[in-house]
Amino acid sequence: MSAVPMTAPPGTRLLLDGTGADHAAHLARYGALPRPGLADLLAAVHHSGLTGRGGAGFPTETKMRAVAAGSRRPVIVGNGLEGEPLSAKDAVLLGRNPHLVLDGLELLARALRARRTVLAVPADADTSAVGSVGRARGVSVVPLAGGFVAGQESALVHQLEGGPPTPQDPFTRVTESGVDGRPTLVLNVETLAQLALVARYGAAWFRGIGSADDPGTSLFTISGSVRHPGVVEAERGSILRDVLAPAEPMEASAVLVGGYHGAWVPASGLGVRLTARDLAAYGVSVGAGVLHVLDVRACPVEFAAEVADYLASESTRQCGPCLNGLPRMATDLRRLAAGVRDNALPGSIRRMSRLVTGRGACAHPDGSARFVASTLDVFRGHVAAHLEGWCPSAQRRAAS
Amino acid sequence: MPVRAAEGCLVTTRLHIDWTRCDGHGSCAELLPELLTVDDFGFPLTRFADRDPVVPPRDEDAARHAVRSCPVMALRLYDAS
Amino acid sequence: MNGAGLNEALWALGRGTGVVALVMFTVAMVLGIASRSGRPLPGLGRFGVSDLHRTASLTGVGLVAVHLTSLLFDPFAQLRLVDLVLPFLASYRPFWLGLGTLAVDTLAVVAVVSLLRVRVGPRVFRAVHWATYALWPVALTHALGSGTDRGTLWLRAVAAGCVLAVVVAVGWRLTPSYAERGWSRHPRRTA
Repeated sequence: MSAVPMTAPPGTRLLLDGTGADHAAHLARYGALPRPGLADLLAAVHHSGLTGRGGAGFPTETKMRAVAAGSRRPVIVGNGLEGEPLSAKDAVLLGRNPHLVLDGLELLARALRARRTVLAVPADADTSAVGSVGRARGVSVVPLAGGFVAGQESALVHQLEGGPPTPQDPFTRVTESGVDGRPTLVLNVETLAQLALVARYGAAWFRGIGSADDPGTSLFTISGSVRHPGVVEAERGSILRDVLAPAEPMEASAVLVGGYHGAWVPASGLGVRLTARDLAAYGVSVGAGVLHVLDVRACPVEFAAEVADYLASESTRQCGPCLNGLPRMATDLRRLAAGVRDNALPGSIRRMSRLVTGRGACAHPDGSARFVASTLDVFRGHVAAHLEGWCPSAQRRAAS
Repeated sequence: MPVRAAEGCLVTTRLHIDWTRCDGHGSCAELLPELLTVDDFGFPLTRFADRDPVVPPRDEDAARHAVRSCPVMALRLYDAS
Repeated sequence: MNGAGLNEALWALGRGTGVVALVMFTVAMVLGIASRSGRPLPGLGRFGVSDLHRTASLTGVGLVAVHLTSLLFDPFAQLRLVDLVLPFLASYRPFWLGLGTLAVDTLAVVAVVSLLRVRVGPRVFRAVHWATYALWPVALTHALGSGTDRGTLWLRAVAAGCVLAVVVAVGWRLTPSYAERGWSRHPRRTA
């Protein structure tokens, strides 16, 4: 998909207005990078309420404190792997504003007295620009294998240690022992950029936009049945419909919020605010800001079956429930999409989704289960139609 | 289920499964039938929602046996209080 | 007991513990393969198979320790401490005894690594454990060639029984259905 940033909805911040590789211009636009000590930086992040922009939405301050509590000098890792196929915001950010991301890394490295600072980028992307900019600023830019699960914290650390991109047992957190056995702070590149803004302009400025329990802005990737797909910047807590507006969605049946591990918001619910609380009704959070619009003429069950197949193939095949359960869900969804009139199918899919949840080293089975269960919930009527032998989307396509 | 140890502090022991090691051997479910059963594929399934089930004191010996018995060392007990 | 009587007792103890140790290791091999298969044995369950494998192995190690001690003290065996570590240097039947040395050295490594398996991790543990497939035939050959029971019918019968048991177990290990574990599984990557 094309990564063309557009005129952002009200509440634009400065993330996408980067200066590219030009460091001097960057400093001229944003100002000099301050040099806060650890206590000051923690206080700023605390008051800003900044949460991770990589999907999990973990409070950034908590992670920083965990790493600071270690006895060894830590390793700071910027996560630009972006394994979600529907997401492009990290790639766009690294292209347009690499210096802001590097600012974030530099701030943390200095405050936490890091031993090593790394920026992880996908090996199959053109990273020459970021590479040279990073090296000039003393950050080692490391191209790593992609894959859906490769961006998971412990999988990323494992790759940096020379292993395959496989998640490790979460009993030992990477914040305690990660790269070289050191406390490792892994943050999404957008989180780092936000951190760099907070350090410069303060927590109050950051909180001046967005909602009280979820302040600031974030980047969203809009794809699917829209006239202008791409990456936008919007304040947290915006209304979904407003964020989508510049992309000019066509007739939508639903929007997938959160990517392949997310959940559907039906067309009737587009007035929902993109906050954790409001989205909880749909069983999802903002995640990494992926918004995929499904056209009324596209069969959601067919779409879900393809996604489920993809998710099953992206399992790192370490954990039994994921390795065995995800293909089962995908097979059942395929049959449902193909019009097999077996009334036991939805129940069997739901049972398998519950069976794989919470039983693996990472959240891959949980996220996949969430997506599949959401499909059955939101498209209940559509599923019922399939079981009766017809497809509402196919009818729409025939009619148009 | 917490118990009071001799010193008067509460001790909650939990059983952790390392899913990257678990091979569905099944000794654990045999030794801890009150906590674990087995799913469609032979992998341990906690009977209650907990990811790391709490081990009540009466099952602690059996749990230690299960940890020793696992051929791929996928289990460990830890203090979660 | 006079000196000659003591020596004969030590020699008998050495031979006895050696043979019983061989039987123990045979049981351990078979149970180890049964344990890996993930299938329960009636009355034992899966955990019982693991427990019994461990008991048989440790008993075997204990018996080998007695085997070595009694032979070290028996003048007829002419066993020196160095023969426990370096093979083929003994005065009495150096080749067959040397096999015993190799077996004991391998056994020591396997036993120590197994007892420390939590420390060394599953990969190292598994890699070292593969050595038991070499250990067992070397121990068997040592048993057949050393000592004054060489060629006797009873020893050959015991050895034949052990060989049969291990051949059947290893044969089963090599069949495709062995990996089924009684449930259907997909091939997987293990840690």
